[in-house]
Amino acid sequence: MNRSLRTIPLLLLIVLVAGFAWRLVKPADPAVHSTMIERTAPPFALAPATPGKPGLTSADLADGKPKLLNFFASWCVPCASEADVLAALRKKGVRIDAIAVRDTPDATTAFLNRYGDPYTRMGSDPQSAVQISLGSSGVPETFVVDGKGVIRRQYVGPLTAANIPGVLEQLDALR
Amino acid sequence: MTRFWFIFALLIAQPLWADSNLPPAYWANRQLPDARQEAKAQALMDQLRCLVCQGQSIADSNAELAGDMRDLVRRRIAAGEKPAAIREWLVERYGAWISYKPTGEPAAWPLWLAPIALLLMGAWLIRGRIKLKGRG
Repeated sequence: MNRSLRTIPLLLLIVLVAGFAWRLVKPADPAVHSTMIERTAPPFALAPATPGKPGLTSADLADGKPKLLNFFASWCVPCASEADVLAALRKKGVRIDAIAVRDTPDATTAFLNRYGDPYTRMGSDPQSAVQISLGSSGVPETFVVDGKGVIRRQYVGPLTAANIPGVLEQLDALR
Repeated sequence: MTRFWFIFALLIAQPLWADSNLPPAYWANRQLPDARQEAKAQALMDQLRCLVCQGQSIADSNAELAGDMRDLVRRRIAAGEKPAAIREWLVERYGAWISYKPTGEPAAWPLWLAPIALLLMGAWLIRGRIKLKGRG
């Protein structure tokens, strides 16, 4: 057999080890990104999530003003962790609409009493139907929606204080 | 006493509360009454990726979102929608990634070509031996 062929297993090993090393240094991104960005939210109409607040329809998203659409749930621990960030955004005049995923009115009310309520409108999505139709795959997730109801950006996972300037900048640009 | 606290700690552990407070969707764990429709739904669910337990199909996953997706698939099949249309609807939202069914996209070409390339490589590797046997 050709002598140079004998180096093939060694070369394969090097390629394999390099591949492992690369993935160790730069792990794969497990977040599921919606492919609905730059597209209009499909029509939906959700009943109010709590007695005290109006529900949410796709027409509300296209009311001329840019806003955040926050997917949350009372049973979701990371959702509580982004409450401060949402409160800070609300204080800066950001309008935040919400979709409560697989939740009961009582549990939602208790959650908002405990962690604060930054929401203008809040729809209840008991079987994740609207969540799936927007290409969202968990809670919390936050969509930036422009005045025409077009989805402009998706944040997967809880927002952090570091996201605040970027969110404000984008909403300003959409105004 | 230590054992009591250990068991207590296990009982109140967060993972127990990681699921929502609502029961599974109606068609999440229920078969459609029409066996042919159920077979169609099952075949499609086997080929759709669970968004929570990535690597499992929604037919295999116990995640609540997978249950909601099974409900969605069965509802649409029962309403007469074609499996291909439902798959397309989901791909529109999550990308081709959500479907396990191999496609002809350029990204998948190396996968299709690999067996042929490996066969050719094997033939090339053993070509010398075949010649030797022929002479002997």
